[in-house]
Amino acid sequence: MSWLSDEAISRLQAASALPDFAGTRYRLMERVGSGGMGVVYLAKDAILGRRVALKVLDFPDASGELAARLLREAHILATLEHPGIVPVHDAGTLSDGRVFYAMKFVEGRRFDHLEGQKDTLFDRLRIFQRICDTVAFAHSRGVLHRDLKPGNVMVGSFGEVLVMDWGVAKILNPTPESARELVLDGSTVPANASPTPPLLDTAHGAVLGTVGYMSPEQSRGEIEHLDARSDVFSLGAILQYLLSSLAGSPPRPLSAIARKAMAPDRDGRYASSIALGQDIGSYLDGLPVSAYPENIFRKMERWASRYRLAIILVLTYLMVRALLLLWFRR
Amino acid sequence: MTQDTQIGGPSGKFPATRWSAVLAARSNDLAERKRALEIIIAAYWKPIYKYIRIRWGKTDEDAKDLTQEFFARLIEKKYLDGFDPSKARLRTFLRVCVDHFVANEAKAAKRLKRGGAAEHISLDFTLAESDLARANVSLIAAASPERIDEFLEQEFLRSLFGLAVEDLRRFCESHGKKTHFRLFEIYDLEDAETQRPDYAELAARFKIAVTDVTNYLAFARREFRRIALEKLREMTASEEEYRREARALFGVESE
Repeated sequence: MSWLSDEAISRLQAASALPDFAGTRYRLMERVGSGGMGVVYLAKDAILGRRVALKVLDFPDASGELAARLLREAHILATLEHPGIVPVHDAGTLSDGRVFYAMKFVEGRRFDHLEGQKDTLFDRLRIFQRICDTVAFAHSRGVLHRDLKPGNVMVGSFGEVLVMDWGVAKILNPTPESARELVLDGSTVPANASPTPPLLDTAHGAVLGTVGYMSPEQSRGEIEHLDARSDVFSLGAILQYLLSSLAGSPPRPLSAIARKAMAPDRDGRYASSIALGQDIGSYLDGLPVSAYPENIFRKMERWASRYRLAIILVLTYLMVRALLLLWFRR
Repeated sequence: MTQDTQIGGPSGKFPATRWSAVLAARSNDLAERKRALEIIIAAYWKPIYKYIRIRWGKTDEDAKDLTQEFFARLIEKKYLDGFDPSKARLRTFLRVCVDHFVANEAKAAKRLKRGGAAEHISLDFTLAESDLARANVSLIAAASPERIDEFLEQEFLRSLFGLAVEDLRRFCESHGKKTHFRLFEIYDLEDAETQRPDYAELAARFKIAVTDVTNYLAFARREFRRIALEKLREMTASEEEYRREARALFGVESE
């Protein structure tokens, strides 16, 4: 048997770990990250001359379950055409048997990398509103994200806000039509993958998501009880994360919004991410928010805050008038 | 090809995908059980021989006898029936068995003449011994409690990859791809004393285009990976263990 030195073993490990893009239009550039299911590589599309991100299943997968899950993620992304969701360009199987999909390469920062950023709370709330809009769009198409967290949001260099990593998304009430849409093209399915539409649902008791951001019902694995309000909980946790990064105490209406979104009982939460986004919009516009009941003093406080500039101008005008009056009477 | 154990022959005759030698070794079907044990012994005898040499500080002659007898007992006493894949990896289990076995042997003032009553297993220890010499292993350093597990891991990997390379060699020879294997051998397996040849040098030496070197190497690596994973699949008892092991062995890490 061949003698293999430690150096040869290292070379074999490295050579085997990298995906083989031979015979494809992609040229590997660098490894840019990894997630729960695969590794993301930066590559160049040799035909179109542009950079793309390739998510490659890098786990050995004898059952084909993970391959089916990755391709399913690609199909979901392809179905959800929205400015807040990264577009998918291609999907398939590499010559070494690894499943991949190609998507737009997003340059920017993750939303959990707030340190050293100059954006204000106002800027971050505007970004948060756009996350709510994107999630609302997915809900309208019957898709739950199930793993919303700051690390799964990318903020592009030109203000793009993209919700990433739909690997554990759930299709709500799959119809025969939607199931057919998700049947994978035979040419892309690995030989050992399940021939049926894979993972349209996850078994009761399976816990997918991130601790600290997933709803109580999701933590308990109550898959059949998940609905849009489960994602609302995660959005509330993202808002809470933003508020906790502030130097001082957060504004009370925003804390109330986060509390409502993260209510342990689903019925106590916002009914939709649209409603949550609207409350954030109301706060930004100086209007009352549904999560924060106001008495007369709070109303006056908000009113004064909202019309601060006008009040200052009027008061300045009145003071000048009073001074002039006194001056001419002397 | 040099086959360094008569009982650890080519595994190509077995259905590799989703077939676990670890589970089959406990089968009631004698033929299946025997085939499974052959596979396990082929992958593990060298690491265990080296482990006994280093961890227990045995001479090569003693280590040979102990390794022979250990595997004979493994078969005879059905050690693997006590293996629970949910609690430990196979090599951890085997290491513990070896430790018990060697400790008990040391305690026993007399023991049966090794190989006398047990089934004889033919293993080529000369190669294992020359491996140790080539590796230039510091025996004292490797025997330390902190390093011994790492040592066993590396030796298992060496054994697994070695078997995969041999299968790849046979595969390439039978499919008319000797140049593919030779390039793989020169570029990925051999340790050049000076600078490793680049693709252009290899292309000139084999009188092929540089792009052919790229493609031939890609083919050989792809097949090597496939074969090594198939072998690993045989050495694991569950899908989860297989994924975890493959991840560790191929150096793919998650954040």
